[in-house]
Amino acid sequence: MSDTSWSRDEMMTIAAARSLTNGVRCFVGIGKPSLAANLARRLHAPELVLIYESGPIGTKPTRIPLSIGDGELAATADVVVSVPEMFNYWLQPGRIDLGFLGAAEIDRFANINTTVVGPYDHPITRLPGAGGAPEIAASCGEVTVIVKHSRRALVEQVGFVTSVGHGRGPGDRAKLGLRGRGPQLLITDLGLLRPDPVTAELVLTDLHEGVTVEEVVAATGWELHVSPALRTTAPPTAVELAALRSLEAA
Amino acid sequence: MPIAANLHDVVADLVHDGDTIAFEGFTHLIPYAAVHEVIRQGRRDLTIIRMTPDLAYDQMIGMGCARKLVFSWGGNPGVGSLHRFRDAVEHGWPAPLEIEEHSHAGMANRYVAGASGLPFAVLRGYTGTDLVGRTPSIATITCPFTGEVLTAVSAIVLDVGVIHAQRADRHGNVQLWGILGVQKEAVLAAKRSIVTVEEIVDELPPTPGSVVLPAWAVTAVVAAPRGATPSYADGYYERDNAFYTEWDAISRDRETFLAWMETNVMARR
Repeated sequence: MSDTSWSRDEMMTIAAARSLTNGVRCFVGIGKPSLAANLARRLHAPELVLIYESGPIGTKPTRIPLSIGDGELAATADVVVSVPEMFNYWLQPGRIDLGFLGAAEIDRFANINTTVVGPYDHPITRLPGAGGAPEIAASCGEVTVIVKHSRRALVEQVGFVTSVGHGRGPGDRAKLGLRGRGPQLLITDLGLLRPDPVTAELVLTDLHEGVTVEEVVAATGWELHVSPALRTTAPPTAVELAALRSLEAA
Repeated sequence: MPIAANLHDVVADLVHDGDTIAFEGFTHLIPYAAVHEVIRQGRRDLTIIRMTPDLAYDQMIGMGCARKLVFSWGGNPGVGSLHRFRDAVEHGWPAPLEIEEHSHAGMANRYVAGASGLPFAVLRGYTGTDLVGRTPSIATITCPFTGEVLTAVSAIVLDVGVIHAQRADRHGNVQLWGILGVQKEAVLAAKRSIVTVEEIVDELPPTPGSVVLPAWAVTAVVAAPRGATPSYADGYYERDNAFYTEWDAISRDRETFLAWMETNVMARR
């Protein structure tokens, strides 16, 4: 298969799907997280438990929902709960292994901004806001974030902390009393970043095939460190690509 | 008996300028017919509350009905921005819009507190976020039993709570099912409530997973077939995803938006 037979966007979605372990209970955000989670369920993780904040638990949609609350999600769920029950009974006590989120901005300590760019009272760009993310980021066992790589998205420090990653460094989550381990993986269209075990700063651990380290550094808004054990992501397989494309076409 | 003959009169009687009002329904069962009636009747200075403002609140904001918005996620799901909301916040058009924002967990708990007749709710939430300093209805509270510091959010108390449901019986008992959001809480947190329904039937057939609101718990019930369009009603019709996508272009430009509202909302009775 030639290098031009798949896009970086497809590589990102497929890398995200691969990161999801079968059987994990996953709180899924809309958009790319939802697409990747449903792809994983069709590939190696048929027992992945998909949970959407609108109420469906254990949902098995046959097509990708446009919104977080499409009827398809309710119709194919093990159970549908109210929104207060979802956040209070299921998320808050730590029953959900993984939170899978998107972001407008994410910083070197994996703090997420989905609220505002520029001054809060006179914003340059007013973003949608928090949604379920602050408590998903706080209470899930751990968090995976998926973002298209650019200096606008991967910033030195977010202008507004909507959801806490690792705060200003090691130990901050514990000091704040946050129970989950926070973001452990950032998936982009260029590679994978993980928090350094000592500094809690996101470092480049995996490079997608066909991407250079220089390219990733240039697209990152902080002085990016590269893991000494840098790996290369295996390119998408024909099976993965076929599954993704059929999902997107459905 | 809460059954009313027409939505116009219900809104005229129960929704007043300056009210604090919520139209709930999480993606599903969003009460568009009621929102449109409020817009047509030209209500002003409303404090509008909703977890996910959706196109309905984009329309109310763009038509100048709202003084303040209380919310937790203000986007067009899966499509992008709510342009009328953004224009109001970024440029003050058609009027400045005060905002009070929360997370979903916080909003859900605020509704629960309102429905429970309590002044506040307790949760683990918001810790370390910049929402804490921005939103006065978020505070900390110490557990009297363990000494743990937790988050408190003030109750939502509504003048009017509005929802759409699948059906009601001739007595005004309301039945809804599918994704239920905070709809029950929005009715029970309100001084006055309006429920629009797809149909009024002789008896409510037992339906798995359904919620029933007894007639005596709601103020007004009125038939509004397809009253959740372009949202959906489980068992009746699907979400009009194509329209949600089209709204991006309709709402991006002020004049296009106003023209669309004139033709599709203001001129329709």
